[in-house]
Amino acid sequence: MSGTARGGTAPHAPRAAQEASPKSVLAMTGVSRDHGTGAGLVHALREVSLSVAAGEFVAVMGPSGSGKSTLLTLAGGLDTPTAGRIVVEDADLGTLSRAGLAGLRRRHIGYVFQDLNLVPGLTAAENVMLPRELDGVRARQARREAVMALREVGVAELADRFPEDMSGGQQQRVAIARALVGDRRLVLADEPTGALDSRTGEDVMRILRARCDAGAACLMVTHESRHAAWADRVVFLRDGRLVDATAPRPTPESLLERS
Amino acid sequence: MSIRHGLLALLSQGPRYGYQLRADFESSTGATWPLNIGQVYSTLSRLERDEMVTRVGADEEGRFVYRITPAGEADVRAWFATPVARADRPRDELAIKLAMAVTTPGVDVREVVQTQRTATLRGLQDLTRLKADAPRAPGDPAERAWLLVLESMIFQAEAEVRWLDHCEAFVVREQTSATPPAPAPAPAPAEQPKESRR
Repeated sequence: MSGTARGGTAPHAPRAAQEASPKSVLAMTGVSRDHGTGAGLVHALREVSLSVAAGEFVAVMGPSGSGKSTLLTLAGGLDTPTAGRIVVEDADLGTLSRAGLAGLRRRHIGYVFQDLNLVPGLTAAENVMLPRELDGVRARQARREAVMALREVGVAELADRFPEDMSGGQQQRVAIARALVGDRRLVLADEPTGALDSRTGEDVMRILRARCDAGAACLMVTHESRHAAWADRVVFLRDGRLVDATAPRPTPESLLERS
Repeated sequence: MSIRHGLLALLSQGPRYGYQLRADFESSTGATWPLNIGQVYSTLSRLERDEMVTRVGADEEGRFVYRITPAGEADVRAWFATPVARADRPRDELAIKLAMAVTTPGVDVREVVQTQRTATLRGLQDLTRLKADAPRAPGDPAERAWLLVLESMIFQAEAEVRWLDHCEAFVVREQTSATPPAPAPAPAPAEQPKESRR
């Protein structure tokens, strides 16, 4: 690393370029999604190519109906594209069996949605344990992981509380802990600050930011520029197409290349 | 006017040297609006002329200490009590540009909007990074003041993006409702001779 930095001249340029684009956790190439047929045909997404690297936080903005949520459900393997290729952690979603896809979703992808979707009859810890137990992890181990995940989002003390005894902000933190538990490296968030007040919304952004700084890849849909601004890169969708993006955050290597 | 009142507000906390005023002004506003010392002294001499401040002696290097007068105190209180009028702010170039874009033929308003939106978000990202790096509950009053100034800039950028979203939605709505079913009337004169020949 230091050798590259010192000798940032021509011979090292290819290596620097490689380091400037770390491995993608999510790679979407030429992805389209149509709904309906004939006169009712709607192009929800048109030939979108987008990748999110490890450690990168990408926000998607665009007017309603521009394809933001479609993009997210496709990235998470919850829907199938009409055309194009989606690769998550080296696995091409189009080639996976139904069981293989379900396993990949459980192990590698965390979802944070606007509606919190906590199971009411389970405590915070049990909610966070659930995906791990479904994955065959023993209860004691799952509990340990859950407590760690709750601590990471700052609500370790809520472990034994039920959702109805928590505020909206606390519930959202638990939902995020559930999305992060078990070292899932792709976090997909759809308006994760939906009904929260601005202070709590900012807390959620700080948690996602910290998770990305620790190496996760995060793709977030939001209509709030204040929240999108926490991302390294903001991409804009319009009528199902990517129309623009802010430049990615400069890396030391990319700065060297420019100079 | 803001420098004048800013300096008066600082002097209402106690007498200060000119260079102190400059440093205090900048630390309270996070160096967002840097002052040069010439601005400080020219503002002070106007305040002195208007009897808002008075000189109360000098240090060994001949630098004066300034103290606020009762008239100055009253001026600061009135300033805090009075809202800032919209008309006091400079003309908004972006609003003018958008207005011109809408009325100038051949300009793609959505592109103008998108170019600005990307730039504004880029700025908002920079501001947010500053905020992310700042302590959330700073003990130092100057740090607190700086966080509020930072938030002011974040709110302004956010409002600009919302307004741009509104502009785009408005333009799209107008385009869809104004799309004429018939082509432009240009060919009409060419057909008129036929009519007259009949």
